[in-house]
Amino acid sequence: MPKITFIEHDGTVHTVEAEIGSTVMETAQRNDVTSIVAECGGSCTCATCVVHVDEKWSPVVGPPSAEEEDMLDFAFEVKPTSRLACQIKVTEALDGLVVYTPAYQGR
Amino acid sequence: MSEAIKTDVVIIGAGPVGLFAVFQLGLLDIKTHLVDILDKVGGQCAELYPEKPIYDIPAVPLITGHGLTEALMEQIKPFHPTFHLGEMVTTIEHLDAQNFRVTTDGGKVFETKAVVIAAGGGSFQPKRPPIAGIEPYENKSVHYAVRKMDAFRDKNLLIVGGGDSALDWTLNLQPVAKRLTLVHRRDDFRGAPANVGKMRALVAAGSMDLKIGQVCELEGAGGQLTGAHIKAADGTISRVEVDAMLPFFGLTMKLGPVANWGFDLKDELIPVDTGTFETSKPGLFAIGDINTYPGKMKLILSGFHEAALMAQRAHHYVHPEKRLVFQYTTSSTNLQKKLGVK
Ligand SMILES: Cc1cc2nc3c(=O)[nH]c(=O)nc-3n(C[C@H](O)[C@H](O)[C@H](O)COP(=O)(O)OP(=O)(O)OC[C@H]3O[C@@H](n4cnc5c(N)ncnc54)[C@H](O)[C@@H]3O)c2cc1C
Ligand code: FES
Repeated sequence: MPKITFIEHDGTVHTVEAEIGSTVMETAQRNDVTSIVAECGGSCTCATCVVHVDEKWSPVVGPPSAEEEDMLDFAFEVKPTSRLACQIKVTEALDGLVVYTPAYQGR
Repeated sequence: MSEAIKTDVVIIGAGPVGLFAVFQLGLLDIKTHLVDILDKVGGQCAELYPEKPIYDIPAVPLITGHGLTEALMEQIKPFHPTFHLGEMVTTIEHLDAQNFRVTTDGGKVFETKAVVIAAGGGSFQPKRPPIAGIEPYENKSVHYAVRKMDAFRDKNLLIVGGGDSALDWTLNLQPVAKRLTLVHRRDDFRGAPANVGKMRALVAAGSMDLKIGQVCELEGAGGQLTGAHIKAADGTISRVEVDAMLPFFGLTMKLGPVANWGFDLKDELIPVDTGTFETSKPGLFAIGDINTYPGKMKLILSGFHEAALMAQRAHHYVHPEKRLVFQYTTSSTNLQKKLGVK
């Protein structure tokens, strides 16, 4: 199973196994990464699941869709590599992925 | 305080479950007033996912959040509920065995025989930007809503966001403000294309400023803003003169006043009896996403079921003298008369 590392704002590191086909948001929730709120349960309508993808990994993960980009307007401190974790599907290619989670998700 | 509005039941929250409660109560001759902090009905379905599909409404294979709201409004029409939108219920007081007083932040007062709390995930409130030191400015020179346009006359105004609210207020306030600056994190706008065009024309004519970036620092004292620093994508920082700022980052649900109504909340939810959906306080009911009980599922269909059972119990409080007879809408001429089909 691919491994994903979440680095929280306060430095807490979670390296966890992710199921292929699930999302990075679901992986975070299953592993108690509480800085990912995911108020809308993954339907790309709340922007409370923001992650900043590690710059090395950003090209692998790819850019947000137009719908996701619109939702990112409701997030804060958005960076060029920011994504909504519920919109990133876990694949074999993401084994080793590193993402940073923000201090505040808007609630 | 204005004169009290007298009614049978006040429903707090006009989400799908609050709306369906009107139907179930209406069949039992119970009149309703609904209050919602949003300026529209439909709760989460209308605010969070109007265009998204719902697949698990019984006998409706597919309907959007907006479609479900419209259909519920059509279904409850015969009962003529009264809506009080854009108002938040702040207090519920028990007057005597048969009466409650419900008040809103807009100064409305209701006297009612029962209260149905259908407050979902809580009241929708604007997201607050995480700019360090923003709190002292809030409601003084940082505002999340526009109550009176005149409050912004001849001011240096900073509007933040890229959606419809940000664009609407940009267009409305530009003529009033001394100078208006719109800040958005990217040079692309989600809002209605016609309004984007109008905003761009104003920028081209030199009548307002558009800055691409994010607000990173505020300047001012004693709650009064004087300036804001805006960080562009390349890291460069610029400063604008600001007397007032309006951030529009959408809404999030916060429990709000429900916390102060004296319930023994469990994880911010109101425990209820599953036979009646009454809370620990007689005459106060909780249905939909706001309640909890063993096996609770936060689904619209559960809320609909809860509304039906709640109405049976609420009938005791509203029409204590009348006996309830179980009837089908298919065959009861009495019910059909109420629905306006006979
Ligand atoms: C993206 C998304 C997809 C979903 N998909 C499905 C699905 O497929 N199927 C399904 O069954 N469910 C789905 N749900 C869940 C469903 O939307 C909720 O279960 C439903 O909206 C709950 O209805 P409600 O009326 O209890 O509360 P809400 O819809 O939350 O409405 C409550 C209303 O009460 C108002 N309110 C709260 N407090 C106050 C106050 N003090 N004063 C005034 N007004 C107040 C709020 O402003 C709000 O409008 C989904 C939810 C989301 C976010
Ligand atoms: S969980 Fe809501 S946008 Fe990702």
